[in-house]
This record gives sequence, structure tokens and C-alpha cells, in this order.
Amino acid sequence: MLTYTLKRLLLTIPTLIGVAVLVFFMLRIVPGDIVEVKLRGDGGNVTQEVVDAERKRLGLDRPLLVQFGDYMWGLARGDLGISMWTERPVIEEILIRLELSLEVAILATIFATLISIPLGTAAALFRNTWIDYVVRIVTIGGLSIPSFWFGMIIIVSLLTLFNWLPPITFTPIYVDPVANLSQLIWPALAVGYRYCAVTARMIRSSLLEVLAEDYIRTARAKGVYEKLVVSRHALRNALLPAITVMGLEFAFLIGGLVVTEQVFNLNGIGQLFVQSVSRNDFMLIQGMVIMIAGFYVIINLVVDLLYAVFDPRIRYGN
Amino acid sequence: MEAQIQTKSRAAQSSVPLLAVEDLHVQFETSRGTVRAVQGISYTVNRGEVVAIVGESGCGKSVSALTMMRLLAKTGRVTQGRILLEGRNLLELTDDEMRAVRGHEISMIFQEPMTSLNPVLTIGMQIMEPLLIHLKMTEEQALVRALELMQQVGITDGERRLSQYPHQLSGGMRQRVMIAIGLACKPKLIIADEPTTALDVTIQAQILELMKNLSRELGIALVIITHNLGIVARYADRVNVMYAANIIEKGTADDIFLKPAHPYTNGLMRSVPRLDEPRGTKLQTIEGLPPDLRMPPAGCRFAPRCPHRIEKCSQPISLIGIGAGHEARCHRVDEIASGKLKVEFPGGGAVNSQAQIGSAPILEVSGLKKYFGVKAAGAGFFSSEMATVRAVDDVSFSIAQGETLGLVGESGCGKTTVGRVVLRLDEATDGSIKFNGTDVTHHSGREMRGLRRKIQVIFQDPYSSLNPRMTVGEIIAEPLKVYGIVPEKKARNDRVGELLSQVGLFPYMAERYPHELSGGQRQRVGIARALALEPSLIVCDEPVSALDVSIQGQVINLLEDLQARLGLTYLFIAHDLAVVRHISDRVAVMYLGKIMELADRDEIYKRPLHPYTKALLDAAPIPDPRVEKARAPRALRGEIPSPLTPPSGCVFHTRCPIALDVCKQSVPPVRELKTSHLVACHRAEEIMEGKVLQGA
Repeated sequence: MLTYTLKRLLLTIPTLIGVAVLVFFMLRIVPGDIVEVKLRGDGGNVTQEVVDAERKRLGLDRPLLVQFGDYMWGLARGDLGISMWTERPVIEEILIRLELSLEVAILATIFATLISIPLGTAAALFRNTWIDYVVRIVTIGGLSIPSFWFGMIIIVSLLTLFNWLPPITFTPIYVDPVANLSQLIWPALAVGYRYCAVTARMIRSSLLEVLAEDYIRTARAKGVYEKLVVSRHALRNALLPAITVMGLEFAFLIGGLVVTEQVFNLNGIGQLFVQSVSRNDFMLIQGMVIMIAGFYVIINLVVDLLYAVFDPRIRYGN
Repeated sequence: MEAQIQTKSRAAQSSVPLLAVEDLHVQFETSRGTVRAVQGISYTVNRGEVVAIVGESGCGKSVSALTMMRLLAKTGRVTQGRILLEGRNLLELTDDEMRAVRGHEISMIFQEPMTSLNPVLTIGMQIMEPLLIHLKMTEEQALVRALELMQQVGITDGERRLSQYPHQLSGGMRQRVMIAIGLACKPKLIIADEPTTALDVTIQAQILELMKNLSRELGIALVIITHNLGIVARYADRVNVMYAANIIEKGTADDIFLKPAHPYTNGLMRSVPRLDEPRGTKLQTIEGLPPDLRMPPAGCRFAPRCPHRIEKCSQPISLIGIGAGHEARCHRVDEIASGKLKVEFPGGGAVNSQAQIGSAPILEVSGLKKYFGVKAAGAGFFSSEMATVRAVDDVSFSIAQGETLGLVGESGCGKTTVGRVVLRLDEATDGSIKFNGTDVTHHSGREMRGLRRKIQVIFQDPYSSLNPRMTVGEIIAEPLKVYGIVPEKKARNDRVGELLSQVGLFPYMAERYPHELSGGQRQRVGIARALALEPSLIVCDEPVSALDVSIQGQVINLLEDLQARLGLTYLFIAHDLAVVRHISDRVAVMYLGKIMELADRDEIYKRPLHPYTKALLDAAPIPDPRVEKARAPRALRGEIPSPLTPPSGCVFHTRCPIALDVCKQSVPPVRELKTSHLVACHRAEEIMEGKVLQGA
């Protein structure tokens, strides 16, 4: 298992190189120039010399392949480069926001897991009764209501019901957990609803499938308590497909909370993404794409490893 | 309270049967109406007795068993009747009382050992579970008992197996585990629903022998539900025959097999090819299909298919006694019992003018090998270390024009792969395939087009081998269109109609979709599709094994008719020895990718020269209690080795009762010991001379 994990980790390198190459050249195809945006963006009237000088300073006047080589060499040393806008290291720009985004994603996952497993299980066990209908309506809601809109509803409700708004400045959880949670729990809730809906539906359908399996009939024929039939025999089998969905959803939350972060005024990865794209900050965009790709790859690995934990038929390596 | 005491005292009397099913009615609500799956069946099971319930699919036999366990699907409902276990009506127990009965007083063993065990729990956990729940054992006690059970069901390395998961065990082994689970709490009754249907013949014999012995030793009553008359003859004390939701005949095994009173029972027995009867006659068949249980016929349910029906048969009928404990649900039972009416079914008689067997071989296969590379067990992620499965390893045979060669063996022996390579669906690793004298082993795609017209195939599963979104007409017309044989649409439709009539269907069925047809009808469609291109060779891959007994006979007769009429040549692949014997001219027995023995049908069945052939014949059940009781239990030990690591020397030596040292070291060559009797065994001469394996 350990060798398998190491090998899989090694395999992420070519994947990330591929991503880096792709994103580097695709960004260059897109029209737009950071210097133009930076100097002339707000109607600033600067001479062409100034623009060229700035270009030269940022190294944008060099041939594309030289820039590329430079960039890749940096990557090889673990250096994502320097943001062309703020001129701080890309890694630093990402890390300050990552803490927040990661926490929202983790909170949303905890929330979704805690709710979706009982919800999906109940719906499957009481299939076609009012319980099932309620779960299905609630989960359809989660799929169809956009998270940002749900977020707005949360904010408005907090304001009208309690005359209170969550804090706007980010306090790390190790500094003040209460302040931290009272800010982040709401966006986590807003995106967690969708997360929970997707997972609950997956658990419902896979549990229904598992409950029709022969080995469930065997368990009942042995006189196993119905509770154990569900928890010991069925759920463990039914969770496998749910794990895949949860993994993908988690990876999405790291970089995909663009609008929700706006609504809650959070300075997270999504927000950074929007900013760097509108500024044509290539270095930062590249850095973020590579980071998110890395997340996807690692989470996929975690999902695969979890599979092996749940299903003895899957054994990696020896 | 008083009633309870009464029932208890009644149960104490030994005259009360262990289990009594009384006038049981079960129905299912479906979107297309109410299906009355069981209608008024009654039977009893005494302590330690083996009772069989025999019938074809859909007759209600499994439903009645699940009802006993109260494990029916939610759409199923008991509308009438009682199920008394030692006088206690199981249908009136609360859910938790019933749960306490399941696995403790009644156990059930299911058909599919591959899917009946939970893949994510250890074998040990699954065996110990009922012990922990019902007998409140501690983990340690349960573990001791589990080991004891493993030994009882013949699993030797119990300790290691208990920590394994189901996927690490073979099918036979899993069924043993299922039996161990069933035995765990020493139940009074075990219900076995088709316990061996998914297993190979030699493994089936082992499992049945085991169940019978355990039931005798431990005094456990056994209800065996099956469609296989053969295993019933050997193992059952009493037999109930079910048809269309009713029990139509009940009696002792001898009654049922030697003096069957109901025409259906008669028909069922005659439509099965038998190993102990001369061949050369056509099978008698029960025409038609069982009735739709949403609206069964008012009178005798078998009347529409019965060749001896009279006017009276449209009136309702119940079981009529014939002798002690022998009853049948037939208006003419007295005539049949007294011998006045001899039950005859259509068919029978000699096979239509035996097809001309030519001298020139149409198909010649020599030295055929098909190896599959699979990732070696334990090979690392980047490792390209491969293990080789020798699915087919040096196989040679030829088939003459108009002949049928039967290819028989247990699962994993490579018989299907031979068929696939002959069809060029798989590329041969080595060896050659000659069709009509031309070497076609390495024909390219274009060259194959012409050849594919001449070689067609009939698949095993008529359910999954027909495209569900195409009508029957489209399915059959497709090859005609692809090859441009009948380009015009109108003419093509006519040809489809013609083909449908040829296989015993009606031309109007061309409009139907496969799901609207029964299994037998679908298989006929598969045959019509194969015939569309007027092939000369048809590879039949288990063409009847998915069909019910009475339907099986119809399809076998059809295949024989078509052969005689159209001069077809068959490569007939099957695991059922009796079916192969019935239809084949010559038979090849395969084991682990090699041909063990190849000879004329009569020769190989009468005087087998290979110990494996002998073992297969010994293991195959024969539907006659007299024959069965006289046979010695001679189940072949062990399991088929993995084709990844076949045994050295003779691949059969690990299971062979007469293996010598030489068998472990050198591969026995295929020798022609008598004219056209090939055998690959070092000791074949001794067998021929009767020095070893005598009297088999």
C-alpha cells in the first residue's frame, strides 16, 4: 500500500507538468496584456516607452520559449514565480487565501457527510414513503438552488431574524475559533447544501441497489437484526460510490467558490482567481491552476485509498 | 395463552410434522396486474427428511420458500394459508420473533454462491454472526464453533479461510461456507434453493453429498428446491412437483420417478436427455409455454399443453390420491395410474433421416493455443510482469460436414475460448484453423467477411445476446442487409418470416421486441439469426443451458431437425453431459485447456478411457432413483486448479484417483488407443483392460 501510494504520488508529476505546459500556452493565446491593464486600465495616459519599460522589467519582452523555459525551471525548484501585479511570490498569495478556502471546504464536507449519510439512508430504507419524498424534495432543492443565492438568503435571514451579520475579517481558527467559525460556518452551509444533496442522492440510490443484493437476503436469512443488516452489511458497500462523489466535490470547493465568496465577501481562492484573471496576471493564474490540479490528483488518490479501506477486493500493490 | 399451551403440547407429539405448509396463497402486485405466484400449496416435512420441490422457473417454488422465511419482496403478500413450524404459525409471528427463527430454527442456502456472501466482510465474521446473535456466544466461543463448522463442510485450512474475504474463494468453496452458515446454529430445517445450479458437475456432486450426509448425521430436515430432476432422484425422500403456482403431483421419489401420474411430470422426465438411455430417438417435448399467472386457465392449468386433455379438463381440479401419500392433480389420474392411458408427448421416434456425414472435414483445428496475458499476481504498479493463462493449450480436432462435435467440460476448461477462436472473435496464439481446406487462422478483416457468412454462432444467454432496442425482424434481417444478400426490403421481410417459421415461431413475431418473448422463443430468434446467412458451420455455445427443462427439449429437437434438413455442421459446446451425448456424433472432453479424450459418442460414454471422463459421468445425476441408489458415491475430490498455475505433467493429476509419479512429471500425449478414440492419459491401457477404475 505504501509503495502504491508513493508511486501514485510520483505519477502526479507528469500530470502537473502537462497542466503547466497547457495552461502556460493557452494563457498566451488569449489576448490581453497585464502591463496594458496595469498602466492604462483606469484610463491612465502613459507613453509607449513607459509600457515597454515595464514590459522589460517584468521580462515579458523576451521570446515566449525563453519565458516558458524560465517558468518550468522555476517549477522544478518548487518556485511558482512572482505575481506580476502585486509582485509578491505567487505561493504566498495563494497560501494566505488557501487557509480560508480549505477551511470552508472542510467545514462543508463535515456538514455534508454528517447530514447526507443519515438522509440518504433514511430515504432508501423508507423508499416511496413521505420520508423519502421529503428527502428527495430537499435534495432536488440542493441541486437546483445556486449556492450563492442560498448564501444571500442566509445573510438576509441572519440580518432580519437576529439583526446580526457574520464578521467580515478573517480570523484564523487557532487565534479565535468562535470568531473564525461564526464567519465561515455560513458559506460552508451555503455550499454544503449542494454537496450534501449530491451525496445524499448518491447514497440513496446505491443503498437501494445494495439492499437488493443477494448477500443482504443472506444476512436477513441468518436472522441478523435489521439495524445490523443496514449498518454492517449494506452501508459499507453503498458508501463506495458516495466516496467518489464526495472527493470530486471537495476538490471543486477549493477553487470553485467564485461567486459564493463574493457574496460572503471572503478573500479566498475563488476571489483571487477572479482578480488575477481580470488583471491578466498570468503567473498567478498558472500557479493557481497547477495548485488546483494538484488538489484534484491528490484527492483522487485519497479516494482510491479509501476504496481499499472499504472494499477488501481492492488491494493495491502486493 | 391457552391456545399457546395447546400448540406446544401438539408440537410435542412426534406425529406433528416439523413443517406443515397449509393451503398457502401468495400474490404479487405488479403494474400489469396481480400475479398469483403460489395458489394453495400444501405439504409437510418431517424431522430429518429430505423433501424436494421441483418445477420450472416461474412455477412458484422459490416464492414459497421465501414465504417460509418471510423474506418476500415488499410487493408480495400472503393472502391465505398457514406455515406451521412445530405447530407454530410463522405467518403470525412478529417481525422480531420471526427474525429469531431465521438462521436459528430454519436456515436457507441460496443459488448464487458468488453473490450470496457479503464482499466486504470476512468469512469468519459471516459464519460467526448467527452464533453471536442467536446463541449469544462470545467471540471466542463463536470462533471455535466456526472452525468446527469449516471442518464439517470439508474446508481443511479453516483458520486461514476465516480471515479471508469471499472473493478469495472459489464458487464451490463459497457454497460450502453458505452451508456452514446454515448449519451454524444447528437448525431443525434447511431450505436450499437451487443450491448447486451455479456449480460444475463434479463440485455439484460434492456439495449434494455433503448436504445429504450432514442432514443424516445431524437430523436436520432439508427442503431442496430445484429444476434438476436428476439430483432429486438421488437425494430426496419425497418430491413435490410444481407447475403454474400449484403442486401438481406429490409422492415418494420412487412414486414420482417410476410411476409418474401427472402428464406434466411424465413430460418433464421425457424431455430431458438421459445418460442411461439409448440415444437416436428424438426427445419428447411439452409444446407451448406455462400459463400467465395473472390469468391462469380456469380448469387444469396444464390442460393447454397436455396431449391428453379432454373436455373435463376445463373444470377445476384438486389433488387426487392414488396410493399412500401419492397424489396428482389430474382428471385422468385413475386412467394413467391403472395403465389404461399411456402418456405420450409429441416428438419421440427416430431422429429425422440422419444427416449425411461427409468424409471431408469442414473444420480442422490443429495445435490450437490461446494464451491470455494477465498482470501477474503480486506484480507491482509499474511492473510489466505478466502471467499467462493458457485458456486453450494445444487442442486439435476436426469436424466432418454434417457432423456434430460435442465439446464438454467444466467452467474454465477453455471450451468457450475454443469456440471464440474458431469464430475468429479471438486471435489464436498458435496453431491453425482450416475451414473447408483453407487456412483461415490469420485471415484479415476483408477475407473474414466471406468466411463469417459460413460460420455462425448461437450464444448461451438469449436474454443478453439480443439487442433490446431492435425488433426480432430487424435482428434477423440485419445480417441479410449487411451482406447485401437480400437487398430489397420486401423480399427481406419475406425471408425473415420464412426463417421465423423455420425455427417454429410465427412470422408476425417479427414486429416484437425481445423482452416480449420467453427465453425459449428468444433462443429460437438467436437460431434464426444464425441461419439467416445459410451457414455451413454453427458454433453453439451452451445454447440450452439457460432454458427450462421442457423448453430445452424443444430447442434440442429444433437443432437436430435443422441439421437434418439443412445439412448443418455443429460445434456444440456445453457442460451438460446428457445434452451433449444426445446431440453429438463425437464428443471431446476438455480439462484446463486440453482435450482429455475424444471419441464417438457411444464409445466415450460406454467405455471412457480417461479418469476425468469417468469422473464426470459418475458425477452427473440421473433422474432415476433405482439407478442413483445403486451408484456408489464417487465424487471427484478437490477443485479445478487455476489456469494461471496449471499442475505440471498431466493437468488432471491433482484430482485423479489413479495418478502415479509419472503423471506429475510428463504431459501425457494424445494417443489413438482404438480407432478414432483419442485419449491423453498415461494409464489409459490399464483402464481399457479393466485393471484400474473397474466398474465405473
